[in-house]
Amino acid sequence: MLMNRRRFLNASAAGVATLAMPAISFGQAKPRVVVVGGGAGGATAARYIAKDGGGGVDVTLIEASRRYYTCFFSNLYLGGFREYAAIGHDYDGLAVNHGINVVHDWASSVDTAGKKVMLASGASVDYDRLVLSPGIDMKYDSVPGYSVEAQDSMPHAWKSGTQVKLLKAQVEAMKEGGTFVMVPPPNPFRCPPGPYERISMIAHLFKQKNPTAKIIVLDPKPKFSKQGLFQEGWENHYPGMVEWISPDIHAGIKNVNSETLEIETDFDTFKADAASVVPGQKAGMIAHAAGVTDGDWAPIDPASMRSRADENIFVLGDASVAAAMPKSGFSANSQAKVCANAVLADVTDSKAFPARYANTCWSLIAANDGVKVGANYKAGNEKIEVVESFISKTGEDAALRKATYEESEGWYSGITADMFG
Amino acid sequence: MTDQNFGDDEPWRRWGCDGGVSPVGSETRWRRWTAAISRFLKALTLGVAGLAIDAPPSFTQDFEAAEKTFKKCKACHDIGEGAKKKVGPVLNGLDGRIAASLEGFNYSKVFRKAGQDGLVWNRENLDAFLRKPREFIKGTRMNYAGLKDDEERSNLVLWLLHFSPDGSELAKSENQGKLLGEIAAAMEGDPAYGKYLSGECVTCHQLSGGDSSIPAITGWPKENFIHALYEYKTKVRKNPVMQTVTGRLEDEEMAALAAYFGSIPAQ
Repeated sequence: MLMNRRRFLNASAAGVATLAMPAISFGQAKPRVVVVGGGAGGATAARYIAKDGGGGVDVTLIEASRRYYTCFFSNLYLGGFREYAAIGHDYDGLAVNHGINVVHDWASSVDTAGKKVMLASGASVDYDRLVLSPGIDMKYDSVPGYSVEAQDSMPHAWKSGTQVKLLKAQVEAMKEGGTFVMVPPPNPFRCPPGPYERISMIAHLFKQKNPTAKIIVLDPKPKFSKQGLFQEGWENHYPGMVEWISPDIHAGIKNVNSETLEIETDFDTFKADAASVVPGQKAGMIAHAAGVTDGDWAPIDPASMRSRADENIFVLGDASVAAAMPKSGFSANSQAKVCANAVLADVTDSKAFPARYANTCWSLIAANDGVKVGANYKAGNEKIEVVESFISKTGEDAALRKATYEESEGWYSGITADMFG
Repeated sequence: MTDQNFGDDEPWRRWGCDGGVSPVGSETRWRRWTAAISRFLKALTLGVAGLAIDAPPSFTQDFEAAEKTFKKCKACHDIGEGAKKKVGPVLNGLDGRIAASLEGFNYSKVFRKAGQDGLVWNRENLDAFLRKPREFIKGTRMNYAGLKDDEERSNLVLWLLHFSPDGSELAKSENQGKLLGEIAAAMEGDPAYGKYLSGECVTCHQLSGGDSSIPAITGWPKENFIHALYEYKTKVRKNPVMQTVTGRLEDEEMAALAAYFGSIPAQ
């Protein structure tokens, strides 16, 4: 295993390194930082800790997948604007360019007293500081009738990879003039504009291949992110195709039937020819196993992303309670840099700078019709707070919308280089 | 002239104005950029403390005298806490404000155009405007011939510029009325601080270049870098992401970022 080989190399260098290192690592050659989860939060944190630690920190990244498919831009794959391969990334850059020990295994539990992460393979990894960035797990029972099994016929596709591929295949195979039903998740959830960008991208597919198809959205929420922008876009690009139904009208999802694809509400029963049901969400399993969650999510110190429950643990991204910041890849990437700075200040003599956070969420409504919403944030006393925000406006001209879409493409290249480069 | 006319070795030129996002034509962009350059060169010749030949003469600040002078303006303009629009716009927060940018005021066409073309009020242009308003903005509705006395005008300009957007009075400082970016450009930025701050930039701007839809920002001359940041901060440039990012950047932080990104060779 790579980890063992690297450990051996580190150990052989220990005699030299301990002379230069402070005693903080208790006789180890270098302070050890373990990162669990190789997405926008974890990959960025591992990369910045290794890079800015200048070789003085032993960084291990634990991620089950060898190839990571980004959730952001997975809608563009659904709409046919990106190839599947183009949203996949591997971890070679992190290992080769930054000397990170990349371990492809499941983190199954954390011994917080002994400061060890237990792996599904039976091995364990010691840490001085632990960064958890596990993303989300589904609360299947938040939608009556939905289950792990039901996700085959009504994919949530809210984690990227095979679920998104499955959804695309089902949408493309839907009968002519059929009905696609989408059940978006209740708040709070990963990627607030995501369900509505997904609807836009599926409408874009239908417009070309199945123009008499209908899309019904049974939303558990009375309003949603960028609502005015999306609804204007649906009117303009897909007139008559998308029907968004608020809970004021359908009065709640009573049951979803994964065999008949019937979705029952108080108002009516909707028969789908293809469907996507996205249930409620909670922090990824390892955050709960480490005991750093309070309810569904993990509270953090807004100045550092340090867990409120354990000073040796940091929690990033969707799994954390980041208050004003939405659960997005951009947010996780931003939080990772604040965390990396705080971790390095803990384990080396580097300076901790004040926390600065930012987020922008771009969404594509149709070809060359991009919109965005964003803000920057600071650490308040209790939680992360907004400093200034912006949002695209309805009625913007086509040139600006095209530029916004192109900007999102540039951002994709930028953030993936910042995570994996 | 198209953007392609610029050499790839000078990406700050190609991304001279709006990062390609604003729908203005490239000729306008080019004019605006050359204007920005000349404004900047002027700022440089002014230096930090000294005032060169074409700068407004330097006088000590006499705010009492300025308040008396303002009586000439009072019929049409209000300033200070609780100020309301009259025939003319409220004059709070003029320092760094884009011309004709207050919401709810019906500006003349010529002023709106000046704002769109990038006029941002500072000590220098406010002085020039007040000297001969109709010459500085041809067609302005402001019915005032101009304030000829250099000392009186200089006092008035500095006094006007010391009101913040909410009408409170800013502390008298030696930085009052300095030109856009001048203070930051004169600072020695700390590259280590810049490196930390750069985390916010490199989510989109790649260190390896990648000058496609998001410009490369490595290897820019310090002056160009800071001026671009200021133009976003004052909303002369339109991209809202950049306006938000620069909104909270202080002079020291701009100088630090310029030092850090300037130290990385352009790709």
